[in-house]
Amino acid sequence: MIASLSLILVCQLIGEVIVRGLALPMPGPVVGLMLLLLLLLARDRFAALARGPLQGGGVESASRGLLANLSLLFIPAGVGVVQKLDLLAEHGIAIMAVLALSVVVTLLATVATFVIASRLMARGKDAS
Amino acid sequence: MNENPFSLWVYLEQSPLLWLTVTLLVYAGADAVSQATGRHPLANPVAHSMWIIGAFLLVTRTSYTTYFAGAQFVHFLLGPATVALAVPLYENRKRVAAAILPMLVALVVGSITAIVSVVVLAEVFGLPRGVVLALASKSVTAGVAMGISEQLGADPSLTAVAVILTGIMGAIIVTPLMNFAGITDFRARGFAAGLAAHGIGTARAFQVDAVAGVFSGIAMSLNALVTSLLVPLAVTLLLR
Repeated sequence: MIASLSLILVCQLIGEVIVRGLALPMPGPVVGLMLLLLLLLARDRFAALARGPLQGGGVESASRGLLANLSLLFIPAGVGVVQKLDLLAEHGIAIMAVLALSVVVTLLATVATFVIASRLMARGKDAS
Repeated sequence: MNENPFSLWVYLEQSPLLWLTVTLLVYAGADAVSQATGRHPLANPVAHSMWIIGAFLLVTRTSYTTYFAGAQFVHFLLGPATVALAVPLYENRKRVAAAILPMLVALVVGSITAIVSVVVLAEVFGLPRGVVLALASKSVTAGVAMGISEQLGADPSLTAVAVILTGIMGAIIVTPLMNFAGITDFRARGFAAGLAAHGIGTARAFQVDAVAGVFSGIAMSLNALVTSLLVPLAVTLLLR
């Protein structure tokens, strides 16, 4: 458990170092995600890596535990809304309307593109 | 008994213990209600925890800074949770590799739609320029969005609020909207949820379907990359 959490933190730490060191326009944890993914893939290839948290589903179960409570992690930032009550009193309705409309448009545009692209791909495969 | 009943409160109010406990307890309650309603979209645990804790802070006249001193331990885990998305991604790698092309096209179209729609709508609704800039990156996860706002000279704390509100609205609306539109491909549904509503959308997607959750996590990670490149560009093109 501790070893698995440490591995996750090490990946994040290396990610942050890479991002800050190279001034990359991406978040450190996303680089950490790619590192952990590479480690998991490398483990299947090289048996020598399958030890500690990388064996017996250690890091897998720690990750599942974190992701099972993903909603919880957004609450501290969300409560920050109490600092913005005066702005929300003034522009709240417009802000809510803008965000709601934008999220609906974005959801529909994304899902439609995904579905159409995967249908075109499937058709392309059938034809060839 | 303590001579001054307020001294205990004064002590507790300043300690991280109280606010960490409040955060976990309120969430546990909100999550239990969400589970009891069969994960009804309107019983979103983030939304209800937020207003309950917010009201509690207002009633007890506690500053957000004091609250955050305790709640930061929870907030910190957002980073490790992002790294942890590698595991569902790894476990579903074949399914993901097979859908790489639709994902990339949907990523570009979705990311541009998210930014352009919010900037144009905010201008149409006559919001002040500072607010428009703070809303531009609302579809990506809080840490990244706040960084983008800092670069633009907008208010990062307003961006954080816009990000959370977007996430909650996306998480509430995605299931009924997709059912209404007749979308049955859970890869596409999840991908849209993660792109439009970042981690809160991903949390919702995992509640509905494991595959949707995986695709949502990928969309959220990729969109964090694309949006940080596109927002400065879009703002320059649309607002000047």
